[in-house]
Amino acid sequence: MFRIKEKSILHLNVNGEDREVVARPSDILLDTLRNQLALTGAKPGCENGDCGACTVIVDGWPIKSCLMLTAEAVGKKITTVEGLKNAPVQKAFIEKFAFQCGYCTSGFLMACHALAQKHPNPPDYVIDEWLQSNICRCTSYEEIGEAIRVVLSQKQ
Amino acid sequence: MPKAGIGTTVIRKEAWDKVTGNAKYTADENPAGVLTARMVTSTFAHAKIKKIDYSQALLQKGVKAVITGEDYPVLSGGLVADRPPLANGKVRYYGEPVALVVADSEFDAANAVTFVKVEYEPLPVINSLSQALASGAPLVHEHQETYKHISKDLYPQPGTNICDIKKIRKGDVNQAFSNCDSIVEAHYSLPQSDHIAMETRAARARISPDGTVFVKSASQAPFGIKKELSSVFNLEQGKVVVEVPFVGGGFGGKAATQLELLAYMASKAVCGREVGIRNSREQDITSSPCKLGLDATLKLGATKDGMIKAAQMTYLVDAGAYADMGPRLSKAMAVDCTGPYNIENVSCDAVCVYTNHPYATSFRGFGHASYTFCVERTLDKLAKKLQMDPLELRKKNGLAPGNLTPTQVPLTASSLGSLGPCIEKLKPLINWEEGERIELGNHKIRAKGISCFWKTSDSSPDAVSGIILTFNNDGSLNVNCGCVECGPSMKTTVAQLLSEKLKMDISRVHVNMDVNTKCSPTHWKTVASMTTFMQGRAAMRAAEDVCRQLVSLAAVVLRCPPEDLEVGGERVYVRHEPSNFIHFKDLVHGYQYQNGNAVEGQIIGRGSFIMGDLNLLDKETGKGKAGPWWTVGAQGVEVEYDTEEYTYRLIKAATVIDAGKVLNPKMCEALVKGGMCMGLGLGTRENFSYSGKGEVLDTSLRTYKVMHFGETPQYLVDFVETPLENSPYGARGLAEHGIIGIPAALANALSVASGVELDELPLVPETIWRIKTGGRA
Repeated sequence: MFRIKEKSILHLNVNGEDREVVARPSDILLDTLRNQLALTGAKPGCENGDCGACTVIVDGWPIKSCLMLTAEAVGKKITTVEGLKNAPVQKAFIEKFAFQCGYCTSGFLMACHALAQKHPNPPDYVIDEWLQSNICRCTSYEEIGEAIRVVLSQKQ
Repeated sequence: MPKAGIGTTVIRKEAWDKVTGNAKYTADENPAGVLTARMVTSTFAHAKIKKIDYSQALLQKGVKAVITGEDYPVLSGGLVADRPPLANGKVRYYGEPVALVVADSEFDAANAVTFVKVEYEPLPVINSLSQALASGAPLVHEHQETYKHISKDLYPQPGTNICDIKKIRKGDVNQAFSNCDSIVEAHYSLPQSDHIAMETRAARARISPDGTVFVKSASQAPFGIKKELSSVFNLEQGKVVVEVPFVGGGFGGKAATQLELLAYMASKAVCGREVGIRNSREQDITSSPCKLGLDATLKLGATKDGMIKAAQMTYLVDAGAYADMGPRLSKAMAVDCTGPYNIENVSCDAVCVYTNHPYATSFRGFGHASYTFCVERTLDKLAKKLQMDPLELRKKNGLAPGNLTPTQVPLTASSLGSLGPCIEKLKPLINWEEGERIELGNHKIRAKGISCFWKTSDSSPDAVSGIILTFNNDGSLNVNCGCVECGPSMKTTVAQLLSEKLKMDISRVHVNMDVNTKCSPTHWKTVASMTTFMQGRAAMRAAEDVCRQLVSLAAVVLRCPPEDLEVGGERVYVRHEPSNFIHFKDLVHGYQYQNGNAVEGQIIGRGSFIMGDLNLLDKETGKGKAGPWWTVGAQGVEVEYDTEEYTYRLIKAATVIDAGKVLNPKMCEALVKGGMCMGLGLGTRENFSYSGKGEVLDTSLRTYKVMHFGETPQYLVDFVETPLENSPYGARGLAEHGIIGIPAALANALSVASGVELDELPLVPETIWRIKTGGRA
């Protein structure tokens, strides 16, 4: 436990690196990642937890970084899309045409990547449940569904 | 030899950038020292601004300036200059920008806006089209006659809320109706809704000491911004530089100029320092332009064998508080008002109306998804009355080469495409033969609905496009084009066309992703499914230009007549003796002789295109050519409906579209599917609802619902290929079209399933229940 009352120096573990940031108690992780660490893969789409464009992985779970305070992320392992290195889900998204404008893509990739780690063999309703937290306005979602299924089938 | 020209699936050029977070969008680059502007927005839909007191806001930490409409009494607008970038004197819609706070950070700006006190005196609100058109209605714009009209073909009615009327008069409608055996008439009402591009609109501006204005924006129309900024603020065009990086979805909503004007004004207020402004989702929905609303009355008459002889229609467009693209949208509806059917007698009034709703701009399909709903619903009613198969009725009346459009343009196979084969191909995709309505038992019904569509673009005749080609020392090609990459992979398509034309590997064709209006040749706007056509035409010319130069130089080097030479595989070679060749790399930056002498400079290719042979419509009859060609298609939706719950599941959505030539098969399919998905959103859930005071109530993605993962049906896409003779390799535009007929096909399916006529959108279960039961439980 620690107390943060005003703008303070905090330490975050992002993509395997220890990083120093300055944050107010009210600052959200999304803004800190983007504005201080230049990790702009996570996008603001609603800043209300509705669209999932800002999804990152925190200790293995997909988290909407607009709903997490920077201070809450201290001591946790954060992975952003910039931390994915040739993850199967990236290739699958490309091959299945699972994005067009690309704005929601980072968020979807992180949600899919975490899903594949946590549920290597999920029933359809679990896939639906996990990916319903994100919005894509360009594709029909069918392409994203195909991409995640390719990744999951490779895990079998 | 050549890899991945046209007709084969190509992975988009920027694919890896987009799956690694490396693709940069407007708000992703946030250099230190950039100030932030935030809007103060109107809390009333129609009110006089009595006073804006921002004295307290100026005292807040980090605040650099506050500006209001009084500081900039200017008017903007692409067709009519009727919109002050910041409201001046009065507000005309809920969410309208009223003041701008410029501060050190987003945090400081967000704090300071709460200290701006605006005093309003409410005015009567025009909250519907019928209120707007009632006699003696309060006026949204009191002095329309004083507005500057940028577009030459607008017919406003000062003293009313009518911003423009377009009339179509073809044949003799009254006479034709009197000869009809069967007449149906119906009224439709479709709400305003929003684009919901995942990237909210954003812009940045700075002004250098010599007065050059640099703008960075999430826009589909960088050259439009340049034009608009220079005309509104009287700036020299050469001193306005607009940059556009990747755009996170546009769907027409980012073709309008809005935040760019505000960013410029904010920068000016702080002596040219760079200022960024980015919409919150709520602002993007309410303050920035939306999709039009529509009230329509349609009457169709047919002979007993199902030949449609007469059509009469009134389209009333809820354009909201300002014109923006409204008049062009109502014109687009008028131009294609009948749908893709041959009707010899047509009377149509398309009226663009001001209301106190958010203002409308272009939206995927440019009005076609809205009016197509009305036409296709009416066709289903007509089929029912005639006791005819709805699909047969459509096939029977489908437009064919030789027919005249509502604006009396003669059609050819090339300009129209082939609707019949699209309908034929749709049939098996949706198992049409098994019947429209199947009782499954357990109060479940499976039902299908269909719809056809056509669309031309309502471009300006002077819409231009251009391409500049340069080479690298190694012989690879650089493409400089002004279209914006907002999703449909247009940059890759340009590369594909050039790779085909020059017979070179597509991996050796490098395209600029970012657009800079100072460096790139002007491209009208990235809209209207016109990019492949316009940029493609320019690319073909540019390719021919470089070929000519390469061949002329190679002829000297290879000592042969130029007409014996061919270009391919990054070589220029002798046709009858291919072993006699020279590599691009030895030509493109000049040729060097053995002794060191060098001749010719670098090879630079240029290609341009202008839309050209379009003209203004006749004021009384609408006769004229508004767009260059059409894309046609047929669509179907299948649902499983619960007669007790009024709920339904989406089972299938299918589209067959005449693509002219499918350039990039998987991409084309993805675009059509994405369009269908958005169409299902319009059909099933999307709308603005307003309070009695005209406030938009659905201002977040929690209440404004779009389609989500897992709710989607099976998507089926197929193509017909009738070449468009004046387009590169015959290709037609198809990026918008998946959306157009889907709301209609859905409503047709649900009307069949529920046994009542569903003539409004969106079709949430409650709507079906209300129409079915009259609202009684």
